[in-house]
Amino acid sequence: MTEVVSIVKVGIAEINIVKAPQTIRTSGLGSCVGVIIYDLSKKTAGLAHIMLPDSSMAKQTNFNESKYADTAIDNMIEELYKNGARKFALKAKLAGGAQMFQFSANPDVIRIGQRNIEAVLAKLKEHHIPVVATDVGGKCGRTIEFDPNNGELRVRTVSKGEEII
Amino acid sequence: MNFDELSTIQLDALREIGNIGAGNAATSMSKMINEKIDMQVPSVKIVAFNEVMDMIGGADSLIVAVMFQIHGDAPGTVYLLFTMEEAEALVGHITLNSDVKLFDEGAPNEFAISALQETGNILAGSYLSALSDFTKMNMHPSIPHLSIDMAGAILTVGLLELSQVTDYAIIIDTKINDVNMKNGINGQFMLLPAPESFTKIFRALGINDYD
Repeated sequence: MTEVVSIVKVGIAEINIVKAPQTIRTSGLGSCVGVIIYDLSKKTAGLAHIMLPDSSMAKQTNFNESKYADTAIDNMIEELYKNGARKFALKAKLAGGAQMFQFSANPDVIRIGQRNIEAVLAKLKEHHIPVVATDVGGKCGRTIEFDPNNGELRVRTVSKGEEII
Repeated sequence: MNFDELSTIQLDALREIGNIGAGNAATSMSKMINEKIDMQVPSVKIVAFNEVMDMIGGADSLIVAVMFQIHGDAPGTVYLLFTMEEAEALVGHITLNSDVKLFDEGAPNEFAISALQETGNILAGSYLSALSDFTKMNMHPSIPHLSIDMAGAILTVGLLELSQVTDYAIIIDTKINDVNMKNGINGQFMLLPAPESFTKIFRALGINDYD
């Protein structure tokens, strides 16, 4: 008998939580950062597809908190606790933060990938969550899939195929 | 501005912008490849970010994109999008070499890519100059940026500025294709005006905000 493994998809500026045997995936990360926080022995993981570094950039009153690194990570950690994950066991992996085009103007868009990476790392540090693997920067898109059963993060790019980190 | 509250007249005006831009681009393309080029009726869609990716086959589908940033009175982003096959058909037609590939054994074919970039430059340039003439606004393109990668990664760039203001994008979407379809030359223009540009565009076209 084959076991049907379902893949939970996370769209842009969204967060989701899974437990094994489910896996969790987000597609087409460019300057966005995909951050996974997980408790391996509880086989529970959350994935956030973060678009912008800081919610202070929001020019909306009712903004989507999953869009920004600071609010998304705070919220995801809360969700993980509700799903049985334990603070001391949490670890993180991240991928993305590329610079897809080399711009000459427009400071808002320049280095947004790099700024996303820095914001995510700073927030994880604030929560004392160790970062065990990263595949960040560069100038290519990434699709990532995390398996909370073994902690493997599959990173697929157009040019290099698939790698596991 | 609230995207839910666009009036029929405003939507029509945006559609007309797509019409004029892509119409001019189709004429340029037609001259370039000496074939008749058709243009479909533009659509104006108000979509959530994830739906933007779905409009071109999903966030991890491979696309060929020539992107320009628009500077001047009404900033925004223009994408000219192709599938790999469409891009190769176009480059093949222009370089008179129907076997041309964008990648030779994994390495980029510089000749093909520069032909595509130059074509994209001409097409997007004619799209924008028509827009600029029609609205009497100053709009000039950045240098063209070519990327062959996942749709999500490429299109997010055009959404970044919008994303600080809203979770929706207004996309003016126009497809062009060669009339007899035998050459497989198709392309798609996507215009994403920056949030502050809508009011300016409407004003330039003499449409009151609250019509």
